[in-house]
Amino acid sequence: MSIYVDENTRVVVQGITGREGRFHTRLCLDYGTAVVAGVTPGKGGQEMEGVPVYDTVAGAVEDTGANCSLIFVPPTLAADAILEAADAGIGLAVTITEGIPVLDMLRVKTHLRNSQLRLIGPNCPGIISPGRSKVGIMPGAIHKPGGPIGVISRSGTLTYEVVDQLTKQGIGQSTCLGIGGDPVNGTSFLDALEAFERDPETAGVLIVGEIGGDAEERAAEFAAREMTKPVVGFVAGLTAPPGRRMGHAGAVISGGSGTARSKIEALRENGVTVCEDLGSLGECCAMAFRGVL
Amino acid sequence: MKIHEYQAKEIFARYGIPVPSGGPAFSVEEAVSVAEDLGSYPVVLKVQIHAGGRGKGGGVQLARSRNEVESIASSLLSMNLVTHQTGGRGQPVKRLLVEQGLDLEQELYLSFIPDRSAGKIAIVASDAGGVEIEEVARESPERIVTVHVDPLLGMYPYHSRRVAFGLDLPPEVRKEFLALLGRMYRIFTDHDCSLLEINPLVITPDKRVIALDAKVAFDDNGLVRHQSLAEYRDPDEEDPLERQASEYGLNYIKMEGNVGNMVNGAGLAMATMDLIKQAGAEPANFLDVGGGASAEMVENGFKILLSDDSVRAVLINIFGGILRCDVLARGVVQAAEQVGLNLPVVVRMEGTNVEEGRRILAESGLDLRTAGDVREAAEQIAAIVGGAPGEKA
Repeated sequence: MSIYVDENTRVVVQGITGREGRFHTRLCLDYGTAVVAGVTPGKGGQEMEGVPVYDTVAGAVEDTGANCSLIFVPPTLAADAILEAADAGIGLAVTITEGIPVLDMLRVKTHLRNSQLRLIGPNCPGIISPGRSKVGIMPGAIHKPGGPIGVISRSGTLTYEVVDQLTKQGIGQSTCLGIGGDPVNGTSFLDALEAFERDPETAGVLIVGEIGGDAEERAAEFAAREMTKPVVGFVAGLTAPPGRRMGHAGAVISGGSGTARSKIEALRENGVTVCEDLGSLGECCAMAFRGVL
Repeated sequence: MKIHEYQAKEIFARYGIPVPSGGPAFSVEEAVSVAEDLGSYPVVLKVQIHAGGRGKGGGVQLARSRNEVESIASSLLSMNLVTHQTGGRGQPVKRLLVEQGLDLEQELYLSFIPDRSAGKIAIVASDAGGVEIEEVARESPERIVTVHVDPLLGMYPYHSRRVAFGLDLPPEVRKEFLALLGRMYRIFTDHDCSLLEINPLVITPDKRVIALDAKVAFDDNGLVRHQSLAEYRDPDEEDPLERQASEYGLNYIKMEGNVGNMVNGAGLAMATMDLIKQAGAEPANFLDVGGGASAEMVENGFKILLSDDSVRAVLINIFGGILRCDVLARGVVQAAEQVGLNLPVVVRMEGTNVEEGRRILAESGLDLRTAGDVREAAEQIAAIVGGAPGEKA
């Protein structure tokens, strides 16, 4: 088991003929992901990396039975792409695109409340269930299949760093997902924690947060209230100055709230083991999860 | 992107939101001319900088005559205004807003912001205007009214009524206030705003509702849809290095320390700054060269870091993964030679062909040291700079 993606995931890549779309289609195929279709309006009928290209997501779904979309389209077109995926009956849309206007995401998120589509991202590296399916841009080789730890993160390369440390400790992963660095996103820490709690293969969860918003605080309360599995936390940005956007659109301390310190405290108060030092995160996880490994 | 108060008020006026009569002034002469055109004294001179706390810092002053306008404008236009948001050096004042003085009866607070956790647009209002809303939230949260608007349905009259009745406004101003809320919402959605704030929104003795202050910020991701807003950009408000970095497509933020660092990805960059600090040194900056990280990005990153005089050593932390480390290492060497690098550099890289990458760095003849992991990288860099600046080694 794993969450959200596995051997049955059939991927359509929206924006497959772009540079990023094509490159990562190749890498996902190499990992063994079932990439069954691509979409670029006006390029239907072509092939890209051996994958048939369609003009619309609906057309791709009808022909190939795609159930998951991986989105690489440019920021101002991304809302349209997500809504198109939802309308075509896709169950999971993984949106890599960075720089989508917040107002677009507010509208999309509101619309998706009445849809069966689960959105991951935007501005994220995607999701991987090691050894089964990789729907994203993360390097597959650093992951260790077979579980039992789930990883949820707001960033990209920082996720690779922590996964690499887990793997070097001999700790495998059930599923690793980036929920994105934007202020308004789809799947939250809380949603993914809930899914990991239900997943029999997952024995513990590592959450990697950062400054801005209150997603970590909400996750902490949920962990205390609903989780039977151990949770370890890390929060980036202890040295981040207030009022400045630290690369990610959502990573900003505003009006004194959303600091790394307050998130770390909220996590600890709710029974989450927090590691403050990235250099020893792998070792810290080995300790904290030792009862379930 | 933040803009000045006078620019925000231009937008307000275009949408029919009442603002005091007045206009911007870039010189003492212009200030006098705007004041004289207003026809009566007193007038208010307000420093135009992006940082908040202008009033407390002495940046808002009343002038009762032409002579006072002259002397106050000349002192304001030659000052570096220090507020709690500017940092110690303050912000040089180059623009003023000269406005008609107003009698006021009541001060309100009103703002529109995207609420990231609710996924809606929030209207936040209070009858305790004129002070910072964070302070009101702390001291008397019961005086804050928050109403959420569904971004798909847009604003309905009941949203405005909930705000108006929640503030217990005098009946004479209700109609005007409701109209103002609708106009604010249109400004917000028409421009992809990330903040609209009026503090204070005042009620005058003759029961007019006027935006005495105006703060507007746009969502940077939305700017591409609003080319005309580019004219509001004020380069004087931007740090020169930060501006140069953004021209290269890099995310750079200047910090106080002496360890320059360059990292691929924002989360890892923040965590790397934290590591430097935890190792006993101080980061000189935040610099995210993007998740991919190419040789060109590394070269541009070097250029930015080396323009900062306080940098004593550089830490490069690249988690490539897909990226080949030999390619990256050649890029680092080439970039270092290109910019004439003469500082010690610790490179931590992860990806395929790590060994080959290390060999290239070691044989470059430059002071490029490699670290096996993030902890080692932070320890090496702290040893080079000898702990935090100002601390005894």
